[in-house]
Amino acid sequence: MLNVLKIAVRNLARFGRRTLLTSSLITLGIVGVLLFVAVSGSFKTIMIGQFTDSMLGHLEVHRKGYVASIDSLPLNLNMQPAMVAKVEQALQGMDTVEAYSERIKLGAMFSNFTETTSIRINGVDPAKEIATTPLLPGRLIGEKRAGALLNPGEILIPELIARGMKVKAGDTVVLVATNRDGSVNGKTFTVAGVLQSVSGPSGKDGYITLEDARSLLRMKEAEVSEIAIRLKNPAQLDAVYAQLSKELGAVAGPGTATATGSGDKPASAGGGGGGLEVHTWADLSPFSSIVRMIDLLAVFIKIMMVSIVLIAVMNVMVMAVYERIREIGTISAIGTPPRRILSLFLTEGLLLGAGGAALGTAISLAAIYALNIWKVTVHFGMGQAILLSPAVSVRDIVTIVAMVVIMALLASLQPAWKASRMDPVRALGHV
Amino acid sequence: MKAAMPLIRAERLVKTYRTGEVEVHAVRGVDFAIESKSFVVFVGPSGSGKTTLLNMIGCLDHPTSGKLTVIDTDVGQLGRRAAANFRGEHIGFVFQDFNLIPVLTVYENIEYPLIMVQDWPEKKRREQVMRLLEAVGMSGQAGKRPDQISGGQKQRVAVARALATNAQLVLADEPTANLDHDTAYRVIELMKKMRDEFGTTFVFSTHDPKIMGAAEVVFTLEDGGISKPSEKALEKAEAVHA
Ligand SMILES: Nc1ncnc2c1ncn2[C@@H]1O[C@H](COP(=O)(O)OP(=O)(O)OP(=O)(O)O)[C@@H](O)[C@H]1O
Ligand SMILES: [Mg+2]
Repeated sequence: MLNVLKIAVRNLARFGRRTLLTSSLITLGIVGVLLFVAVSGSFKTIMIGQFTDSMLGHLEVHRKGYVASIDSLPLNLNMQPAMVAKVEQALQGMDTVEAYSERIKLGAMFSNFTETTSIRINGVDPAKEIATTPLLPGRLIGEKRAGALLNPGEILIPELIARGMKVKAGDTVVLVATNRDGSVNGKTFTVAGVLQSVSGPSGKDGYITLEDARSLLRMKEAEVSEIAIRLKNPAQLDAVYAQLSKELGAVAGPGTATATGSGDKPASAGGGGGGLEVHTWADLSPFSSIVRMIDLLAVFIKIMMVSIVLIAVMNVMVMAVYERIREIGTISAIGTPPRRILSLFLTEGLLLGAGGAALGTAISLAAIYALNIWKVTVHFGMGQAILLSPAVSVRDIVTIVAMVVIMALLASLQPAWKASRMDPVRALGHV
Repeated sequence: MKAAMPLIRAERLVKTYRTGEVEVHAVRGVDFAIESKSFVVFVGPSGSGKTTLLNMIGCLDHPTSGKLTVIDTDVGQLGRRAAANFRGEHIGFVFQDFNLIPVLTVYENIEYPLIMVQDWPEKKRREQVMRLLEAVGMSGQAGKRPDQISGGQKQRVAVARALATNAQLVLADEPTANLDHDTAYRVIELMKKMRDEFGTTFVFSTHDPKIMGAAEVVFTLEDGGISKPSEKALEKAEAVHA
């Protein structure tokens, strides 16, 4: 086998310029793909980070059915305290979870005493919310005041309402909300700050404290609309999602029954939406379709690269076989088994692909390293410039290199097969 | 004493090429026998069927009819793969255009069949190649590529390659056609010397009457038939049957 390799290398070296040209084409393809994967991956990570870190969290837990009718923020689908306790217990047992934050979501009327508009409000524990969505404080417009982001009796209002209603920090406003029994209640708040809008769900919501939300809604129990969860490592999303879904699935049984207080019939416990459900940020955000587009684009670029490899290698190998017909006739005449001839040309194609792939990987890694040193920034939405930190995983590299090598093999298969099947007399007579 | 089975025996051997409507009778029912360790030439003008005959003996081509036995094997019946095995096992080839592998050195060209056709262990390979390099007088050029040596030298290397696997039979179709007369003569002499040294049967072809003089058995081909065995062939045949 070593000798097949040696002959293949020498033949490639013999037509050095052609070999160089072809392998640089493959190199170019690999560089294109790896750079795209690295940069788009970084871009994706940043965009996803914007959603997960400024409003959604990585995962959210709701009562079953809540998300389906999330537009109306249904108060009757809030989680009961016992359910919340179960979720918290599950989360505290998972070391993949960095933080979580309970929220009460409600729709209210917002009044500056002269005008009224509707507003969506999140009632949160500010410390837990910041731990779960660390970019939230960064969305504050204007000077940061000293002390807590949000105190009881205060409200953070979205930019759009601040502008439309001409309200600024320090002003007093009124929120009026209808609770689940239909009774109306009002409460005054001091504007603690104005939040920059971000695109996506909850990107234009106001924030008050959890206690204020409960008193505004006159809740008797410590209900919660959703629990947002932040992971230590976003890459573990799928695993944590699966684990949490499993654990909370168990809660949905007898646990739910106790929670809703209808103890004797666990199966139908809680009536409509008795159980809990877990959603990833992607389930909750329209941005996931953009992510899918980026992924699709990557697939497309990979297909292009694969085609380049296929055509380039096939072209060279067809030529290599054609040029060496007499040589093939010779080695076939003296008794070289067809499979050896096959492997001779396959090895040549393989080396061509592998060489180009190795060089391409090296160049890509260098380029990615350079991009990280030069600090390329992008502007996303209205936010400040965000530093791209492109990176490729070993898995990406291995997959792409494997793809190229397999394609190079496939591309040489037909010419190599033809060479191995050649009739020696006719091949020897070839001029 | 009865003579042993000849190395090659042809009986009413026929090869007809058919291209569309046209039939070319390249070999028209020839009979001959070639003894082991003999030094045989087929002579004849262009188109007389020399290449066709050698290709059939070398299992590169099938006879149309008749019987051809080479080293106790009915080679007319061999399939593609069996023929390739048979060639690799028993037959060495020397070509008119030398046909050395351009990317391999002289040494590696001789070594080639020991790696790619048969699987010789490294040490045995080296011994065999060194011995052959010595025998064909190319020891000093072992590291050179084919394009760095002369035509005569290339053909010496080709002879060494043909002998590498200890083949019993070496076939050479016009091995001297691309060489000047002196060089040609020396290559033929080398082949004869190899026959003496290794006991290999050499069968070659030429249309050069001066070269044929070096052969011990001469078959003259004319339009696909063997016209008459030469003097030497008769002498040899008598000697064998005596
Ligand atoms: N593949 C083929 N198809 C058709 N006819 C062929 C084929 N090969 C050889 N012939 C014909 O068979 C006859 C014998 O050819 P062959 O090549 O055996 O002659 P040769 O004695 O080797 O000639 P030369 O000295 O020119 O090499 C010629 O008439 C030739 O045209
Ligand atoms: Mg000929």
